[in-house]
Amino acid sequence: MSRNPYIYILVMAGVTYLIRMLPLALSRKEITSPFIKSFLYYVPYACLAAMTFPAILTATSSVISAAVGFAVALLAAYREKSLLTVAMFACAAVFIVERILEFI
Amino acid sequence: MNLESFKKGLRDGVPIGLGYFAVSFAFGMMAVSGGLTVWQAVLISLTNLTSAGQFAGLDIMIMGGTYWEMALTQLVINLRYCLMSFSLAQKLERNTPWGHRLVVAFGVTDEIFGISASQEGRLNPYYNYGAMCMGIPGWTLGTLLGAVSGNILPAFIISALSVAIYGMFLAVIIPPAKKNRAVLGVVISAMTVSTLFACLPVLKKVSSGFVIIITTVLVAGTAAVLCPVPKEEEQGIES
Repeated sequence: MSRNPYIYILVMAGVTYLIRMLPLALSRKEITSPFIKSFLYYVPYACLAAMTFPAILTATSSVISAAVGFAVALLAAYREKSLLTVAMFACAAVFIVERILEFI
Repeated sequence: MNLESFKKGLRDGVPIGLGYFAVSFAFGMMAVSGGLTVWQAVLISLTNLTSAGQFAGLDIMIMGGTYWEMALTQLVINLRYCLMSFSLAQKLERNTPWGHRLVVAFGVTDEIFGISASQEGRLNPYYNYGAMCMGIPGWTLGTLLGAVSGNILPAFIISALSVAIYGMFLAVIIPPAKKNRAVLGVVISAMTVSTLFACLPVLKKVSSGFVIIITTVLVAGTAAVLCPVPKEEEQGIES
């Protein structure tokens, strides 16, 4: 590393914070455009779905355990369990499947 | 009211903290093996609080890239937070003071945004503070432990913890998708589009930050044109 690591960190943190802060600090008016309101309503679902799949399949040490974890999480979420419960079910499923895979 | 929101944020923040711990543990290990000190690794996590951006930033530091390259990379990868903050700005009470907005902004991560956007009615900043009180320590301590020693947690625990974050995402998006066909369409389309980016030859080269931005804008934009949200659903259900 030839450059100063602390300047790198300052640049990273500064840019990242500005991106998060400017819209919150500056957009204080209520948006009236139905298109923009609808767009912002759908953003979290599109964003979280895109981040979950297919990334979840490579998150664990085997695609099989990840796929089972995904299926279990889907089922628990469909039954409207709490965030913590769904997350725990998914972790437990991965853990159990990976123990079983060791014996195959 | 504030205390209640804070406690709810703390509770919903537990899986976030756990998931962050696993991911940042890996970040800490990689940072130190790349030549950073433990303190520098922890400082990055404490001040950035983002996964994809930090991993990309770490590469640039190790390769000795320019500061401009660093700034541009962070801008592109983290641009999605701009959309999220914009969405949260609409969800907060309009008279929420500046100070609160500046603090809430620091904690805009994929996960904290996910749970705060799914709250019914207007958003109380204390809900975000609760979630941040779980997320920030989880992210920072995970980095610290990963940096100090790569062998504190056995690999099988890390592997199992790695799906916590995704389980949480699904818990946020699936229940509304059950009730609203447009949301269901958005969820399935977004997963399909991001899968295409992961599989198709040319699209494969697009960085993960860009994939999320492109998919989000494309799918949410199309949904907004095809299924504009009826008035009563815009704010969620008032409670």
